[in-house]
Amino acid sequence: MSIVRDHARNIRKNIIKMIANANSGHPGGALSAVDLITILYFEVMNINQTNLDITNRDRCVFSKGHASALLYAVLAEKGLLEEDLLTFRAMDSKLQGHPNMNYVSGVDMSTGSLGQGISCAVGMAMANQLEGNTNRVYALLGDGECEEGQVWEAAMAAAHYKLDNLCAIVDFNGLQIDGPIVKVMNPTPIDEKFKAFGWHVIEINGHEYEEIRKAFEEAKQIKDRPTMILAHTIKGKGVSFMENNPSWHGAAPNLEQANQALEELEVQ
Amino acid sequence: MGQATREAFGEVLAELIVKDQKIVVFDADLTKSTKTNAAQEACPERHYNMGIAEANMIGTAAGFAASGYTAFAATFAMFAVGRAWEQIRNSVAYPQLNVKICGTHAGIAVGEDGVSHQAIEDIALMRAIPGMQVYQPCDGAETKAIIRHVALIKEPCYVRLGRSAVDDVFNENTEFDFTKVCVLNRGERVAIFATGLMVQASLKAVKRLQAEGINPTVVNISCLKPLDHEGITEILQAHEVIVTAEEHNVIGGLGSAISDVSVAFCPIKIVKLGIQDRYAESGPFEELLKKYQLDDEEVYKTVKKLF
Repeated sequence: MSIVRDHARNIRKNIIKMIANANSGHPGGALSAVDLITILYFEVMNINQTNLDITNRDRCVFSKGHASALLYAVLAEKGLLEEDLLTFRAMDSKLQGHPNMNYVSGVDMSTGSLGQGISCAVGMAMANQLEGNTNRVYALLGDGECEEGQVWEAAMAAAHYKLDNLCAIVDFNGLQIDGPIVKVMNPTPIDEKFKAFGWHVIEINGHEYEEIRKAFEEAKQIKDRPTMILAHTIKGKGVSFMENNPSWHGAAPNLEQANQALEELEVQ
Repeated sequence: MGQATREAFGEVLAELIVKDQKIVVFDADLTKSTKTNAAQEACPERHYNMGIAEANMIGTAAGFAASGYTAFAATFAMFAVGRAWEQIRNSVAYPQLNVKICGTHAGIAVGEDGVSHQAIEDIALMRAIPGMQVYQPCDGAETKAIIRHVALIKEPCYVRLGRSAVDDVFNENTEFDFTKVCVLNRGERVAIFATGLMVQASLKAVKRLQAEGINPTVVNISCLKPLDHEGITEILQAHEVIVTAEEHNVIGGLGSAISDVSVAFCPIKIVKLGIQDRYAESGPFEELLKKYQLDDEEVYKTVKKLF
C-alpha cells in the first residue's frame, strides 16, 4: 500500500516537473487519474520489459490523450521508458504532446483527438476475442470526452460484441476546459447511459486504492459484457491550488507554482 | 459490359480472407452494396458488421491493425472518407496502421441516390493526408490486382471503387506495376491522363480520333499516391498539351496531382475534365455522366478543340 502511494507521489511530481519544464501541458486531468493508472499499471496489467513491444499482453488506450504526461510518467516509474521525461513536448522528443505509439514502446495507441481511442480499444478487444486469448484491454476516458458521439458508437459496439475483456475507466472529475461539464454540455448521468448501452458499471472513488483494486477485480469477473468504472476524481488532485479548478486543465505552472506543488506532494 | 469495380472487390476479398488468417473485414450496414457480403459468407468469423457508425468502424479497424491484422473497412466513399475523415487521419494514417479504406459508390455514377451519396471530393481528402496511399482501378481485373497489392503492404491505403458496371480494359493475365504509370496507347502531341471510368471514356474517344488522324496518348493513373513523378514527367516532356479526366471534382483530384508534377518538373498546358466544382443530381448513371461531361464525347470534343 505504501509502495503504491510512493509510486503515485513520484508520478504526480514528475507530471508537475514535465509540464512546468515544457511550459505547456494538461496537469488537471493527468493528476486526477494518477491513482487509477498507478494501480492499473503496477497491480493489474501484465506489462513489463519483456513484453513491452508485443501486443500479446494487457493494453491500455489513453483515449483522453491529453493525459500524456501521466502515461509517460507511469511508464518511467515502472522503468519502461527510455526517454528523459524532461524532453516532454520539446522539439525532437519522442514524448509528443499527445502520445504517438510509434515513438514510445508501451504507448498502445496514438491518441489525442477525443472519442477515438475508445473505438481503437474496442478493436483491440475484438482482436483478443477472435484469438481467444485472455489479454485485457483498458481505456481511460475523460468525462467531458463522453460528449463525443463516437464514444457512444463505441459503447454500442462493445456491448454488441459482448466484449467482457474490455474495461473503460471514466475519469469523472466534473470539469472540462470551459468549466463544469454539467454547464458546458451535460453528459450525465454517465452511469445510466452506459448501463442502457449494455455495460456493467462500477462507481468508485478514484482516489481510494482499495476501491480501485476491487473495481478492476470485479471487472475481470463480469462475463458477456464490457465494464465501465465510473471513477469520481478531483481534477488537479494533490496540488491544492489546482484542485477543482478548470483553469488548470491545459495550463502549466510557473517555477514558483511548480515548487509549491512539489513541496505539497512531498509531504502527502 | 464488364464488372463493376465493387463486384471485383467483393470477389477478391472473399478469396483473400480465406487465404490469409490475418485479414479482417469491416462494413457499416452496406454489405450487399459494397459486396463484402461475399467475404462474410466465405469467413463469417472475420467479417464484422459495425452498423451505421462509420467513425467507430474506422477506429475499430485501427485497433485490429494495432493488434497485427490487415483490416479492410468498406462503406460508401462518401461516408468512409467524408464522415470518418478525421478518424482516418488520426487513428489510421498518423500511426501508419494497416487499414485499407475501401470506398464504393464513389463519384456521380452512384446514380439515382443523388448528391448526398456522390463523393466527388474523396481523392482530394485522402491525397492530402501524409502517408496515405490512394488507388482507383478502372476495371475488374485491375481492382483485383490492386486489392491483392494493398493486402500485401503494411501502409494505410484508400481504394476508390464504383457502383456501376464498366467495360473491361485489362484481363486476368495482365501484369500490373502500380509504381509506374500505365500507358494504354502511345500516341503523339496530346496525352490524356485518366483514372477510373474515365479510362474507358478516353479509350473510346481515342478510337474516334484515330479514325480522323489524331492519335493521343492515353495513360491510366490507378495509383494516385504515391505518384510516379518520373514516368509522368517523361510523358509531359514528350507532348504539347495534356488532358486530365476524372469522375471527381477538378479541385484536388487527378488534374491537380498532374498539375503539381507539371509545375515542378515540366510546365505545360493542362485541360482538366471532371466535375467542374458543382453538385450533380439524381439520375441514371449514363445520363448523368453525359450531362456532367464525363463521357467519351466530352473527351473527343476536348481533344478536337486542341487541333
